[in-house]
Amino acid sequence: MELDLEIKQDTLLVRPKGELDLVVADEFRTILENALDNRPINFLVLNLSQVSFIDSSCLGVILGRYKRLAQVNGRVSLVSAQPQVRRVLEMSGFFRIMREYSGEEEALNYIFGYRGGYDGNYQSNEA
Amino acid sequence: MEIINQMKLEFLSIPANVAFARVAVAAFASQLEFTLNDLEEIKVAVSEAVSNAIIHGYANSPDGTVRIVATLGKNSLEVRVEDDGKGIEDIKKALQPAYSSDPERTGLGFVFMQSFMESLRVDSAPGEGTRVSMVKTVNPSLSSTSYTQLEH
Repeated sequence: MELDLEIKQDTLLVRPKGELDLVVADEFRTILENALDNRPINFLVLNLSQVSFIDSSCLGVILGRYKRLAQVNGRVSLVSAQPQVRRVLEMSGFFRIMREYSGEEEALNYIFGYRGGYDGNYQSNEA
Repeated sequence: MEIINQMKLEFLSIPANVAFARVAVAAFASQLEFTLNDLEEIKVAVSEAVSNAIIHGYANSPDGTVRIVATLGKNSLEVRVEDDGKGIEDIKKALQPAYSSDPERTGLGFVFMQSFMESLRVDSAPGEGTRVSMVKTVNPSLSSTSYTQLEH
C-alpha cells in the first residue's frame, strides 16, 4: 500500500493513499504496529485526505491502534476525511472516541497544546 | 420485482477481488438513477459482504468461490453475495452490532450492509455456505421527505 509516515516527537503522522479495504488491511496493521513498536509514540494522526474508500477491514486496524494507544493515555486523531469516508467513520462511532481535525496542523497544534507545550517549530500559517 | 437487467460474477476468494466486486456492482447499478452517494454506499455494502465471505466463509483460504448476482428492477438493485464456506452458526448473533469473532475486527460489516441498503437478508447454516441478499431503491428519501413534511 502507498503510505507516508512522519514522526514528530511522540506523534506518528500517517498519510495513507487509495482504498483502505481487505487488500491492504494486514499491511496497514503491520506498518502501524512496527512504527509504534520502534518509538515511544503516544499520538497517532491519520491524514485521510487521499483515501477514497474505507470499509470495516481497515476500520478494525484503526480501532486496534486506538486501543493500543489508549493504554498509554494516547489518542488517535482523524484529519481531512473525504465525505464518503467521513460518513463511514461517523456511522462507526469513531468520532465519539477520536477527534477530528480539518488539517494536520490543527491536529498537531491541539496535541502539543493539550500536552502542555511544544519545543519544536511546527507553526501555524495564521500566526 | 420486474427484472430489467441482471449480471452474475463468480470469482476466487482472494482479497484483490473485493475491490473488483464492489466497483463492478456499482458500475452495473449506475444504469439506474442512483446518486453518487448511493453508489458509494453500495460499494461499502458489497465490500463488506465479499470480505465476510473470504474472511469468515472461507477462513481466508484463496480457493473458495464467491458468487454475486446483481439484479436491476425498475428502480431498485438487488445484490446477492453467496459463498460455499463454513456458514454461520448463529445469524442473530452475527448481525448484532460490534459482534466479531476476531478482536482485530470491528464487527461492523453487517451494520454497514443494514445501514447502507434498504433491506438485508442472511441465509446460512453451518457447513452450507452463506447467502446475503441486499436491496437498495433509487431515491427512497424522496418518499420519507414528503412523509416528514406531511407531519408538520
